[in-house]
Amino acid sequence: MELAEKQPPNRASASARIVPLLRAVIVPVMAVVVALLIGAVIIAISGANPIKAYTSLVSGGLGNAKAIERTFEKATPLIFGGLAVALAFRAGLFNIGAQGQLLFGALMAGYAGFAIEGLPMVIHLPLALLFGAVTGALWAAIAGVLRAYTGAHEVITTIMLNFVAINITDYLSNGPWKASGVVARTPKILETAEMGKIGNVPLGLVLALVVALVVWWLIDRTTIGFELRTVGHNPNASQYAGISVRRMTILAMVLSGLLAGLGGAVETLGVVGRFQPGFNAGLGFTAITIALLARNHPLGVIPAALLIGVMQAGSSRMQLDSGVASDIIEVVQALILFFVAADVLIRTLLRMRDTGDNITLSSGWGQS
Amino acid sequence: MQATRPIARPAASRLPWPLIIFGGVLLLLIVIAYVRDSQVTTAVLNSTIRQSTPIILGALAGIMCERVGVVNIGIEGMMLLAAFLGFLFNVWTGNLFLAVIGAVAAGALIGAVHALMSITLKVDQIISGTVINIMATGFTGYFYQQGLVTQGKLTPIRIPLLADIPIIGPVFFDNPPITYLALLLVIAIHILLFKTRWGLRTRAVGEHPAAADTVGIRVNYMRYMNVMLGGALAGLAGGFLTLEAVGSFERNMTNGRGFVALAVMIFGKWTPIGSWAGALLFGFANGLQTQIQFLQNRMPSWLAWVGDIPHQFIGMLPYVLTIVVLAGFVGRARPPAALGSRYEKE
Repeated sequence: MELAEKQPPNRASASARIVPLLRAVIVPVMAVVVALLIGAVIIAISGANPIKAYTSLVSGGLGNAKAIERTFEKATPLIFGGLAVALAFRAGLFNIGAQGQLLFGALMAGYAGFAIEGLPMVIHLPLALLFGAVTGALWAAIAGVLRAYTGAHEVITTIMLNFVAINITDYLSNGPWKASGVVARTPKILETAEMGKIGNVPLGLVLALVVALVVWWLIDRTTIGFELRTVGHNPNASQYAGISVRRMTILAMVLSGLLAGLGGAVETLGVVGRFQPGFNAGLGFTAITIALLARNHPLGVIPAALLIGVMQAGSSRMQLDSGVASDIIEVVQALILFFVAADVLIRTLLRMRDTGDNITLSSGWGQS
Repeated sequence: MQATRPIARPAASRLPWPLIIFGGVLLLLIVIAYVRDSQVTTAVLNSTIRQSTPIILGALAGIMCERVGVVNIGIEGMMLLAAFLGFLFNVWTGNLFLAVIGAVAAGALIGAVHALMSITLKVDQIISGTVINIMATGFTGYFYQQGLVTQGKLTPIRIPLLADIPIIGPVFFDNPPITYLALLLVIAIHILLFKTRWGLRTRAVGEHPAAADTVGIRVNYMRYMNVMLGGALAGLAGGFLTLEAVGSFERNMTNGRGFVALAVMIFGKWTPIGSWAGALLFGFANGLQTQIQFLQNRMPSWLAWVGDIPHQFIGMLPYVLTIVVLAGFVGRARPPAALGSRYEKE
């Protein structure tokens, strides 16, 4: 053992490191390309010019400084959501509830933002972020505890909790915490809780990038991360090895919810400035696409989220310029997910061998 | 021939006394409510039956898939796509009967996609279902145009004589066709699963595919067929939404019913009749919700506070109920043993 530790770390040559990276990236990239091609066919069938549509989509998302800023804003909650789903995946859990956790995070950050007065920014802003993150974590913990102790599958409980979250946040922002006026929304957050920008880069995005690094470090370099991954690979073996599967299940859901809640908080404090019900609907599902596109790698989440962010930021411009309904990006996203999930198709296309790292979640509904 | 001794039946086949007592009390309460206010009681019960229709159909879809060992989390998406396509068929043909057939066929086709992904392409079954759900929201969102004209919706067919029985009559025998069909399908699927060769094979594949294979059952063929049949049932549920309940399409109109159906399936321990009981429970929660405005003016004074509950809390009742049902029943119900597994011939 000691001998092994004293040996210098095995420095692989540059090419030896790049080849596996290429192999890992090529399937997602091809999935995106094929999905965009099929999307083009659908656009053509519905009577529009796909080249024009895609050009305006890209220019709407990357064309100028304003567009890029919009892309950054769209991508930020997607990074958090993607990280939330990816982290849960690594522990063998499928968190479809990022949506609800994000809603609660957004609401509570907004609440802390307008209700707590008289604090300097250095305290108020982190506190508001913390409010959002902790609420998201607690909301996800419900599903974690139910899974760990009753075996209720998180796929159904998190979806149901989404609906409950929509109702509760709707009630609070339309009732007790409603701002004066007709629109159902909470009051504007105080200036001390606002998340600003560095130049054109929103602070929220910076935080997202830092958090992605932290999540990568946590999963790949710490004991907790190792235990989470082990439980994800084989719960029975982990139990045998003395890892508490229950504890890890709850921990994974809590961390996952924490990330999603933080994403909601950043959205409220950095972009919207208050909580409004019904914002960011469908994020939970987009987050799944992002996590799978990133092959559940925390750092892969960043480019995947930026890609979807460009599409989201450019979609309204596309609709305006070429008359293609902005919903087409959801179709393309669904196709991306299809080709990432059914990567056999892409690998056959490229004549690649099975890497054998397919995700397995379906352990039935019972206790695992 | 050897004397075939019947295999010892598990305790479950004895009379479930707690359930019978519970049912009896419920029946008594319904009769009391009916005597007090026949109109409201009938309205709530009727609403219960109709609201339970898409849920029991979804649960039957889940049963067909899971009994053969394939998890189907995509029922929600199958319902939504079939609801949309059924609606489009209705717009194009103007024939409700053809539209229902179209919705069922669409459901079966999407079922085939799920089978293709999870059986042939070996995608994880839960991810495959999620792909279907996301595709459903994407495609229906993109292709739906406002202002399409429909040719009405399916209307109740009154069965003479039977519909005149108090309480039971208007609740069971004055319904639109898909609601009747759902009730018949509960019995039909029960017979299919437990009294036919097909059902025996289905269950064998779901419990132990390798053993089923050695006795000559074509595992993946059975899986394909049953998943498509499940898709067809989910399609009928979708058709119910656009062609019978609402009469037009709305975005994301399934509203989580596909997932509720899965919880109901688990509640019913993967049996059609048990699931029907579960679906009625949810139908009641939904029915109460739709009738609550109607009820408010007729509430006795000691129940007046019910009218003050914010609508959001009443709205989330079915979802909370789903969570409770899942938490309470999953541990006790045993799913088909091979659920979620891929099968490869050795």
